Amino acid sequence: MPVVSMTVNGKAVSADVDSRTLLVQFLRENLRLTGTHVGCDTSQCGACVVHVDGKAIKSCTTLAVMCEGAHVTTIEGLANGAELHPMQAAFREHHGLQCGFCTPGMIMSAVDIVARKGNVLDEATIREELEGNICRCTGYHNIVKAVADGAKAMGAGAAKAAE
Amino acid sequence: MSATGIGASVRRKEDIRYITGKGRYTDDINVAGQTYAYFVRSPHAHAAIKNIDASAALAKPGVLSVLTGADLAADQIGGLICGWMIHSKDGSPMKAGGHPALAQGKVRYVGDHVCVVIAETYAQAKDAGEAIVVDYDVLPAAVEMADALAKGAPVIHDVATDNTCFEWHLGDKAATEAAFARAKHVTKLDIVNNRLIPNAMEPRAAVGDYDMGTDSFTLYTTSQNPHVARLVLSAFIGIAPEHKLRVIAPDVGGGFGSKIFIYAEETVCVWAAKKVGRPVKWTGERSESFLADAHGRDHVTHAELALDEKGKAIGLRVHTRANMGAYLSTFASSVPTYLYAPLLSGQYDIPAIYAEVDAIYTNTAPVDAYRGAGRPEATFVIERLMEVAARELKTDPASFRRKNFVKSFPHQTPVIMCYDAGDYVASLDKALELADYKGFAKRKRESAKNGKLRGVGFSCFIEACGIAPSAAVGSLGAGVGLWESAEVRVNPIGTVEILTGSHSHGQGHETTFAQLVSDRLGIPIDNVSIVHGDTDKVQMGMGTYGSRSGAVGMSAIVKALDKIEAKAKKVAAHVLEASEGDIEFKNGKFTVKGTDKEIDFGSVALQAYIAHKFNGQELEPGLKESAFYDPTNFTFPAGSHVCEVEIDPDTGVTRVVNYVAVDDFGELINPMIVEGQMHGGIAQGIGQALLEGAVYNKEGQLITASYMDYTMPRAGDLPSFQTGFTSTRCPSNPLGIKGCGEAGAIASPPAVINAITDALGTEDVPMPATAQAVWRAAQRMRAAQAAE
Repeated sequence: MPVVSMTVNGKAVSADVDSRTLLVQFLRENLRLTGTHVGCDTSQCGACVVHVDGKAIKSCTTLAVMCEGAHVTTIEGLANGAELHPMQAAFREHHGLQCGFCTPGMIMSAVDIVARKGNVLDEATIREELEGNICRCTGYHNIVKAVADGAKAMGAGAAKAAE
Repeated sequence: MSATGIGASVRRKEDIRYITGKGRYTDDINVAGQTYAYFVRSPHAHAAIKNIDASAALAKPGVLSVLTGADLAADQIGGLICGWMIHSKDGSPMKAGGHPALAQGKVRYVGDHVCVVIAETYAQAKDAGEAIVVDYDVLPAAVEMADALAKGAPVIHDVATDNTCFEWHLGDKAATEAAFARAKHVTKLDIVNNRLIPNAMEPRAAVGDYDMGTDSFTLYTTSQNPHVARLVLSAFIGIAPEHKLRVIAPDVGGGFGSKIFIYAEETVCVWAAKKVGRPVKWTGERSESFLADAHGRDHVTHAELALDEKGKAIGLRVHTRANMGAYLSTFASSVPTYLYAPLLSGQYDIPAIYAEVDAIYTNTAPVDAYRGAGRPEATFVIERLMEVAARELKTDPASFRRKNFVKSFPHQTPVIMCYDAGDYVASLDKALELADYKGFAKRKRESAKNGKLRGVGFSCFIEACGIAPSAAVGSLGAGVGLWESAEVRVNPIGTVEILTGSHSHGQGHETTFAQLVSDRLGIPIDNVSIVHGDTDKVQMGMGTYGSRSGAVGMSAIVKALDKIEAKAKKVAAHVLEASEGDIEFKNGKFTVKGTDKEIDFGSVALQAYIAHKFNGQELEPGLKESAFYDPTNFTFPAGSHVCEVEIDPDTGVTRVVNYVAVDDFGELINPMIVEGQMHGGIAQGIGQALLEGAVYNKEGQLITASYMDYTMPRAGDLPSFQTGFTSTRCPSNPLGIKGCGEAGAIASPPAVINAITDALGTEDVPMPATAQAVWRAAQRMRAAQAAE
């Protein structure tokens, strides 16, 4: 079995894995980081979205061995200790989640949208960009509000940090 | 109103774990030594199983066992049950075909459970599953209801040679015929309510565990009602007696009805754990959810509405064929009967109603409750009829509805229900205002200038929820009572644990239930925790569905809190050296009337446990109370939804440009959460109207078995919604609440279809009104106009 090594949420990890092991299986089963979820088997729902080298990817369609040497961030690595990431806080503030199953993927995608599209996001952009994430509970109404507000808060946080 | 009490939009307590990835769903749970199950499923819609050869599979690495229906039978494990008895018109009981958890001799739909492979890893189990050779004798399949009813149709269950499970009716046939005989106008519609696949985002999963030392089982499972699961697994399927079977439903990633039912996979996992002597885990793949989760809706209906010369509805007759699929799922028989026909009266005063429902077996996945369950189907019938009748009478659909509304309460309908409170005019008026109905004609002209067709549609829905008075449902055939339980445990330092038989899988009970307790006891909301979903902790409960957790579950908590307050007053009286009758409780403090003596709730709790200030023989130490609450009536949430669409006739693409929902849910505990429920329900209803539909081909293959083929609503398919409230207090429960979980899914499909048919000028639009279907209808109308 091949050995795979990567950095996950800032920690170096290494394991022997079956070569067909998906990144999501590696995260959930080997590392017991169960915040990343599997909601489908066709790479559609986005519950499994994590960041690999700063970009959002679907960990259900990525082999663990493809991430050799990569820096991976999961939902568990997003908060700064006890301080929530602004996007996490926005999802709670705007009731952007109900059952919570799609939420980790939604939040990881939302952070990625901000990285690509900036801190001021209109509704149409957010709705288009969320195409790869399915939620069955919220009707997206509050997710859209959360992403817009979280994006703003990320901008304000970055501006404050730059001061 | 306090910042965390009843009526406040408190941010949810449970969110912290979900947004940080610390939720604990069934698939997140690993039990030491666990093995993995893979189910071999039927590739055929209908076939006899001649032989299952597992020899090659058993020789594969890591494989521990292959179990079949014969093993279940040998262990005397019973079949899955349907818990609601329906009698046909002629008085005969419904014909329930056997439903073994693993096939016994025959498979009846694609995805049916043939056998299970148990191995050290899931990959090994799946690999071995591929090596199992099943010798099928493929039989002709009846996929559509019409196929199943055709002469010479294949027989799916020997107990129902005509593939008809029951032929049921409700209402007064003679009175209805008389109403039609004197009608001035009759509006007729043929309706297909499309089959849906629930698709909670978390696929079903189960971990079964057996402890040889205590001869007891534990099942972790994705259930909306773990106690009902235990009851069925114990009393009917025969896994183990209840005291030897613990069912835990931890965080559950959405249900929408699909996780009410007791399925084959969960049953097999817990049974197999003892067979193989190791825990057994199964996590469904999405493809399996599509194939084998209970589907929803699937009605074919002919409906007629009789109107008098003033445009007043005087009679309604409905004939529905309801698809049961290949087996009767847990509550399948109740959905097209008592959850359906009693709601056909809608918000209207219709003196005579007669409904006939035939339940038909087909070689498709079982059909059972899905968000709304029967009530969306009923609402679709009456709201399409009302809209079309208004068009035929060339009258405004809003005014037409207003004229026919029930305006005085209580109102006894001819189909069981007694509506207790409501103000349908108020909801409609507010919805018209929010939707700027007056400005519609101008907007339609603007759209037309751009080559677009604009339409507006209404849906004035009512539902019966807060399910349900036990004796009443018992008289209608339910095998269970539908009360709820609560236990309030006050700890010595005054913190509180609430044990509830309700189950939260997205509804936010950890917050709303805590709001109630915080409000009532005057303690901080963080001092309250809600315990649910574990049969070893909560003694008994009926679970969450039918928008019952507020109206029934919280009422049980109120009842237990009443007892807590009564007991605490006795303790306070001893501590404050006053007579019990002089003790008052307000804002978390016990005071003695007419004095400045007081003691806070936490101190009374401590005194209750220290028990120094009273005689323990006369007053029991401790502060813990429980209650069972059985509702006295259903609750009747109602509201008016207005949908506005714009259609591009060249592409058939329908855009929902405005969606207004004004609902009356009685008192609200947490408006933020209520609005969230509305949003989600509306989205599912728009999904049904525009996008979603399960499609089987002629051979019974489900061709919409993935998110590539079954169109789930995505963010870009939906608008933001405008929501509003009116309020009439529910008189039948202590909190005055009606329930909000299903309203959106019940109300929205007819609102959308009414808008589309208004825009196109034809009623002939199927659901889902996909771009292709709308484009075809638009082309037909163009051709018709050109021909004129």
